[in-house]
Amino acid sequence: MAVVVTGLGATTPLGGDASSTWEAALAGRSGVRTLDNDWAEKYGMPVNFAGQLAVRPDTILTRPETKRMDPSAQFAIVATREAWADAGSPEVDPERLGAVVSSGIGGVWTLLTAWDTVKERGAARVLPMTVPMLMPNSPAAYVELEVGARAGAHAPVSACASGAEAIGMAFEMIESGRADVVVAGGTEAAIHPLPISAFAAMAALSKRNDDPAAASRPYDVGRDGFVLGEGSAILVLESEEHARARGAKIYARLLGVGMTSDAYHIAAPEPSGEGQTRAMRFAIERAGLSLNDIIHVNAHATSTPVGDPIEARGIASLFGDHTADVLVSATKSMTGHLLGGAGALESMFTIKALQDRKAPPTINVPNPDPDLPISLVRDVPADLAPSGDLAAINNSFGFGGHNVALVFATA
Amino acid sequence: MALSEQEVLAGLAEIVVEETGVDTADVQLDKSFTDDLDIDSLSMMTIVTLAEEKFDVRIPDEEVKNLVTVGDAVSYISSAQA
Repeated sequence: MAVVVTGLGATTPLGGDASSTWEAALAGRSGVRTLDNDWAEKYGMPVNFAGQLAVRPDTILTRPETKRMDPSAQFAIVATREAWADAGSPEVDPERLGAVVSSGIGGVWTLLTAWDTVKERGAARVLPMTVPMLMPNSPAAYVELEVGARAGAHAPVSACASGAEAIGMAFEMIESGRADVVVAGGTEAAIHPLPISAFAAMAALSKRNDDPAAASRPYDVGRDGFVLGEGSAILVLESEEHARARGAKIYARLLGVGMTSDAYHIAAPEPSGEGQTRAMRFAIERAGLSLNDIIHVNAHATSTPVGDPIEARGIASLFGDHTADVLVSATKSMTGHLLGGAGALESMFTIKALQDRKAPPTINVPNPDPDLPISLVRDVPADLAPSGDLAAINNSFGFGGHNVALVFATA
Repeated sequence: MALSEQEVLAGLAEIVVEETGVDTADVQLDKSFTDDLDIDSLSMMTIVTLAEEKFDVRIPDEEVKNLVTVGDAVSYISSAQA
């Protein structure tokens, strides 16, 4: 059962919807800026910037909606409404409609705000909606309610690979015949003092406080860690048969997913990149393609000193002589790292790259790592072949050794 | 100082409107929380929790099932304040 993409929605540091996000990415704009609060000073946080949403959901959702949803679910609902409308609000048997929406961290704002309430005002003041808001499946459940999905709602969690894993699971729901349409993606709302402090404690975050827009610099020699971002991206995935029967517009095809695990370390990537490479190879094989068919990779590339070269070497070892023809984009240079939202947002970028035949730029790489064995798209978009079928990969890797590769192709 | 029933109604209406999105004008003493205002049990518990804080009263869980109408809640809160 072939799977196609028929709807896109997003709310990100670059824009309040999918098209403004994509336009900003093609223009090479950064969505990273200094936090508009006093957290760094108040709590001694070593990092005072992040990729904050361009459009806050409380300007779009009703007050009762924002009170009943953690920000992670709010972002997912904003993106879902856009994606669903973009897909033409398909008529589909509810029992053939699924929802797979992941978050890497879950309802951290709700959890910690409720804990503050317990400490400061006592247990009786904790609101009854706290559990439904903090549970990590809450965004998936709200999306399920939003579209009326009864084939199944899931929230696979694999840290920064979660959003990609959600799309992979949606692919399998359709391919195995469980559903005709699945609303799938990822979301994250973790710009809160605790996750920032905790990621900083791992020395995972950039500390470039004096120049936030230049802080996320994958593959640059000056990279010093990732930049936390927030937001959501949602795809409407559909069996090709169902999409064609209703005359839906088709953005791209989702041809294959590869998922592996490293069994190496709870946080560090396995140094040879074998697990990452294996995920890419599986995805390409499952897509029925050969290595030479892949012309673009939206890399996981988070701007950490350790992670970026492992992926780059993995790409080079997989593609061999073809590597020079594989244009690699690291869009986290512009958006920051959306954690559980990243795999979904970068899938959307991969889909738009195929549709527009333009690989988005990687910004902030004035001095590429000299050992970089890949063809990195820098500063301005790169044209892909003007005609013919094209295929591309989106990579996502998560703490715990989770590796997910998705292969998309032109419609 | 205890609030008048009218003041309790106005304060309760603020909570209900914020929680459910209904019009303030619909929050009248004779309205049923479930039948007229379409408030589910979880929202009702939220309203009770917020009302306890706002009016500085205690509304035991076993009492909530007796608060069928807005008027029931206003009476309970008013007498609990007195």
